[in-house]
Amino acid sequence: MNSPKNILLMSRRAPYGSSAARDLLDIALTCSVFEQNVALLLLDDGVLQLLANQDPQVIQQKNLNSLQSSLSLYDIEKIYIDADALEHHGLSHSELHIPVTLLTKIEISQLIANSDIVLTV
Amino acid sequence: MIFTVVVHASPCQNAAPESALRYCKALLSAGHTLHRVFFYRDGVFNGNQLISSPPDELNIMRAWQELAEEHSIDLVICIAAAIRRGVLDATEATRYERDQTNLAEKFNLSGLGQLVEACILSDRVITFGGQG
Amino acid sequence: MTTLHTLNQAPSNVNLMQSCVGSLQPDDTLLLIEDGVYWLLNTHRAKLPAALKIKALRLDAQARGLTPLVSEVDLIEMDEFINLSVLHNKIVSWF
Repeated sequence: MNSPKNILLMSRRAPYGSSAARDLLDIALTCSVFEQNVALLLLDDGVLQLLANQDPQVIQQKNLNSLQSSLSLYDIEKIYIDADALEHHGLSHSELHIPVTLLTKIEISQLIANSDIVLTV
Repeated sequence: MIFTVVVHASPCQNAAPESALRYCKALLSAGHTLHRVFFYRDGVFNGNQLISSPPDELNIMRAWQELAEEHSIDLVICIAAAIRRGVLDATEATRYERDQTNLAEKFNLSGLGQLVEACILSDRVITFGGQG
Repeated sequence: MTTLHTLNQAPSNVNLMQSCVGSLQPDDTLLLIEDGVYWLLNTHRAKLPAALKIKALRLDAQARGLTPLVSEVDLIEMDEFINLSVLHNKIVSWF
C-alpha cells in the first residue's frame, strides 16, 4: 500500500453555469474513499461555489451546498479559498456556508508547492 | 517515469485533446511509461466511435485507438460523465434500456476511482482542459 | 519542490494569468500552450514579471503565425515539454 498523497483539487469556476463545481466534488469524494489527503482550493469565480442560500432547484439543478456540507463527513476538512477573490466579489467569509481557510497569494503558492498532485476542474 | 494524462475537453471544438495526444506520444518516445489516459467531463466524447472526420482531418478517436493498440495504453472514460452524455457500451446500454451503443473499441468505461488510483501510482499527472 | 504550470488561454483571459502568476514560486516554470502562446506577444509579455521563467510550445506558436513575432529562445519542442515535466515535481494546468 502506497502512503497517501497530498492531492490538491483546484477550481476557478462559478457553480451552475457549468458542471465544474459538481465534478470537483465528485473527485474529492473519490479521493476520500481512497484515503488520500485531499484539499480543495477555490480561486477567482470558484469562491462563489460556497456562497450560502443557493436554491438551484428552480433551475432543475442539485444543490451543491448540501454536498459541500457533507465533505467533513468524508474527512475533507481542508477547504482553502483565495482571499483576494472573495474581496474581488465584495464578499466576506461570513457569506459562505461552510468553514474555510482564507489564503494570500503567497500561501496559495506554498500550498501548491507542498502538494504531490494538483488536479484542475 | 510513470505518467497519467487527464483530458477534460471534447474534440473538434477544443485543442486540448490533440495537445494531450501529442503529449502522450512525446512521453512514450522519450521512454517513459503512460499508465493511463483518463477522460472526464466533455472529454468522454473522445471515445465516441461515431466520430466521422473528413479524410484530410485528424480523427482523434481513431488516433487514441492507434495509440492504445501500439503501446497497450489504458484508455478510461469516466462512466458517470459518459452515461450523462450518451456515450454507452453494451452493458450500460442494456442497463439504461437503450438499443444502441457508441463507445469505441479500446476505450473502457470505469469510475473516478481509476483517476485517483492513477494519481496514486503515477509520478506525474497532467490535465488538458478547456473553458467551461 | 518545483512546479511546471501550463496555461492555454489567450491574453483576454487576464484573470487566469493573474491567478497563475500569483501562484508561482521562484523556481517554477510557466509553459504557454494552445492559445496561451499569444502571451508571448511583446505587449502582453511586458505585463508579466520579468523574472518569470516562461516558455511556449513551438508547434502552437508556429500554427498561429507567431514565430516571426516572438523570441526564438522562448520556444520549445514537445520533447522539451516532457523534460520540463520530469524536471519539475508536478504539473498544474491553468485553463
